Amino acid sequence: MAVTEQQQQAFIGKHLAEAQVAVELQDEDMVLNIGPQHPATHGTLRVVVKLDGERVVAADPVIGYMHRGYEKLTEYRSYPQVTTLINRIDWLSSFANEVPFIHAGEQIMGIEAPPRAVYIRTVLTELSRIATFLLFLGEMGAQVGAITPVFYGFRDREYVLNLIEAATGGRFHPNFNRIGGLKDDVPAGWIAETRRMMDKVFESCDTFENLLEGNEIFLARTKGIGIIPGDVGKGYGVSGSNLRASGVDWDLRRDAPYLAYPEVDFKVWTHPGGDSWSRYWVRLQETREAARIVVDLLDRLPSGPVMAKVPRIIKVPPGESWVRVENPLGEMGYYVVSKGATGPFRVKIRSASFSNVSILPWLLKGVYVPDLITILASLYFILGDIDR
Amino acid sequence: MGLVEQGKIPKPLTWLMNYSRKYSLWMYQWGLACCAIEMGAALASPRYDMMRLGVIPFPASPRQADLIVVSGTLTDKMAPALKRLYEQMPDPKYVISMGSCANCGGPYWDSYSVTKGVDQIIPVDVYIPGCPPRPEALLQGVVLLQERIQNEEMGPRWRGEPIIVGQPGAHDHLPETAVAVSSA
Repeated sequence: MAVTEQQQQAFIGKHLAEAQVAVELQDEDMVLNIGPQHPATHGTLRVVVKLDGERVVAADPVIGYMHRGYEKLTEYRSYPQVTTLINRIDWLSSFANEVPFIHAGEQIMGIEAPPRAVYIRTVLTELSRIATFLLFLGEMGAQVGAITPVFYGFRDREYVLNLIEAATGGRFHPNFNRIGGLKDDVPAGWIAETRRMMDKVFESCDTFENLLEGNEIFLARTKGIGIIPGDVGKGYGVSGSNLRASGVDWDLRRDAPYLAYPEVDFKVWTHPGGDSWSRYWVRLQETREAARIVVDLLDRLPSGPVMAKVPRIIKVPPGESWVRVENPLGEMGYYVVSKGATGPFRVKIRSASFSNVSILPWLLKGVYVPDLITILASLYFILGDIDR
Repeated sequence: MGLVEQGKIPKPLTWLMNYSRKYSLWMYQWGLACCAIEMGAALASPRYDMMRLGVIPFPASPRQADLIVVSGTLTDKMAPALKRLYEQMPDPKYVISMGSCANCGGPYWDSYSVTKGVDQIIPVDVYIPGCPPRPEALLQGVVLLQERIQNEEMGPRWRGEPIIVGQPGAHDHLPETAVAVSSA
């Protein structure tokens, strides 16, 4: 069909008009401020994003809304008091926070905790890992739009919190570690109860698997979203489950053994995907693995005292120590400098979430706003762990 | 509602309106730190289930909320945001300060960056001690607040008379039920 000149003119005119409209509509990028009080940010992270329509052009996390000055406060506290403080860095897995600091103190003093204390420490660390991840599994559902998993997450978390409370006296902040061991032995009947609860944790993992893994909406919202390649993740210092979900086989529990981990046979779960779904999946598997470790350790719990012989007033001799461990959120480390006083001279805290969120400007470029929330949820940071 | 603002409302009607207000508290969650997780447990976990007390925890914005629960450490960087959102809430509005950090600074009493107590910024109705308080303590705090609302004169609250923090006599028009939850 031949095109007449008139038709040609009309075609060009129409498109010119559309182009004109498009130019008129083109606006400056919109700046959206997410947080500092937003449920998706697990506290008080503020993300300032520049939007082109629904797409993020640039993202800038603003931190410091939860900065409590830990590193300065530790200089004014004695060693037992510091333990109370550092419980509250990552408030979901408080017990796991204590362990590296206590290890650093023990290393400088040259004390070793008795084997029973080491085993109980490992068990409690894994319990706090389970508590953290169960909440994650629920929260992850909530950020995608499913409310039900939150209720399951909180319900199942109570099982583990009850165990921690029975052993240590604190639901949240146990403050149970001492330099040289533990405050107390576990109460009578605790081991049998823990075994029973671990069965419930396995059941709970199955529930989450049934609820979320077959859910089309969940898959559509998480698969292929927020991909962190392994190299980029390593470059930004991402650690823990986030890095393992990018296919990097790295776990300090296996690669730089501490506590009773060398004596346990456990699998380090990795996933090559690197997306939000892989991070969810790796944490789900790690919850199961943690429950398996707990059961395994309880079978071989050695007898004996839980406290080594230490002086009543702890004075750590001059020295320095750097201890890093695999916390639920990633790699956590303490660099403790002692000058022979009752308190540390200087403590440098390397917390996992700080490095984990440092990848956000890179990761959030080009994602849609609803996916931003999913990515934030799947990275799983704790604000106290970022800002300290 | 001119009568309400003048305080000329008959007693049975006051009772009725206070009764209905206390069981439909829209609660704005100001979750800051560790206590936020315990608040979440009180709200979302079937073991505590705060909604049975008539607390509705999901207002979309502070403009729809009656009650704000400040749970956790308030830092100096965060304080202006809290003040701003509190001022956006319509009268009558109530504040629960949850946890030692929100009450007085808690374990960070000598920190350079922590606000030692939200009551320096906004007026607090109920203080809940604990680090963090158990979810049961938050429930008791809500029950105490409900008692307080039940016995309240409606006039001053309705007029939204400014409550000046820290000034003696600022809380005189409020009943004497402003008490802290007894420490466990």
